[in-house]
Amino acid sequence: MASSRFVYVTYIRTTPEKLWQALIDPEFTRRYWCGTRHESEWKPGASWRIMIPDGRVADSGEVLEIEPNRRLVLRWRNEFKPELHAEGYSRLTYELEKQAESVKLTIIHEIDKPDSKLIEAVSGGWPLILASLKSLLETGEPLEETRHWPKGK
Amino acid sequence: MDKVFKALADPGRRLLLDRLYADNGQTLGQLCEHLEMTRQAVTKHLKLLEEASLVVTIWRGREKLHYLNPVPIHEIAERWIGKFERARLRVLAELKTQLEGEADG
Repeated sequence: MASSRFVYVTYIRTTPEKLWQALIDPEFTRRYWCGTRHESEWKPGASWRIMIPDGRVADSGEVLEIEPNRRLVLRWRNEFKPELHAEGYSRLTYELEKQAESVKLTIIHEIDKPDSKLIEAVSGGWPLILASLKSLLETGEPLEETRHWPKGK
Repeated sequence: MDKVFKALADPGRRLLLDRLYADNGQTLGQLCEHLEMTRQAVTKHLKLLEEASLVVTIWRGREKLHYLNPVPIHEIAERWIGKFERARLRVLAELKTQLEGEADG
């Protein structure tokens, strides 16, 4: 295969508006995404970054497409692991689709190179982040494991 | 959650998930190669796996690609695995894999 990609889907009992807020508001992201703050002006061409609580930048890039409550596409590069940083930019797509009583959230993370270490690394983290996001929106509490940035990482 | 258990309760469907785990993002044609199942059977299995959200598909050009979606399995695990048991379970799973090889149970 010429590219590396994964596609994850989860159904969350919430509204597209609340889910959207959870994806772009740093006060939300820090709760289900290991204490990180996602910062951007959230408009096409704007830069964005994920800040680790100790001040390092985890990932950064720019907003490629943004359609509030529907779709967000980010250019995404790892910034804190040299071997992943070296792979350059990947592309992350969030799609939100309203269902009867929930929202279908689809996440596509891809890069134009085979056997990407970046895609392998992030594919391991996403299920936990998504489970915690779901838990936060449905119960008001995120999962224990995602409340803090892991020690030594 | 019933759909997930039903989808997993068939060796043919588990084999399809194994194939996607080994090589994610395959077309129907690619999935049918080296399998002793008819194309119709694979199509039927994939439909059940999709309904359970264990497989998701996206179109890229003219190709429909199938991806393993581990999120529902993760949610099941979260429901019954306590937060402090994870590390011990991982050690046990590694021990079992080492002793038994990677045979499917």
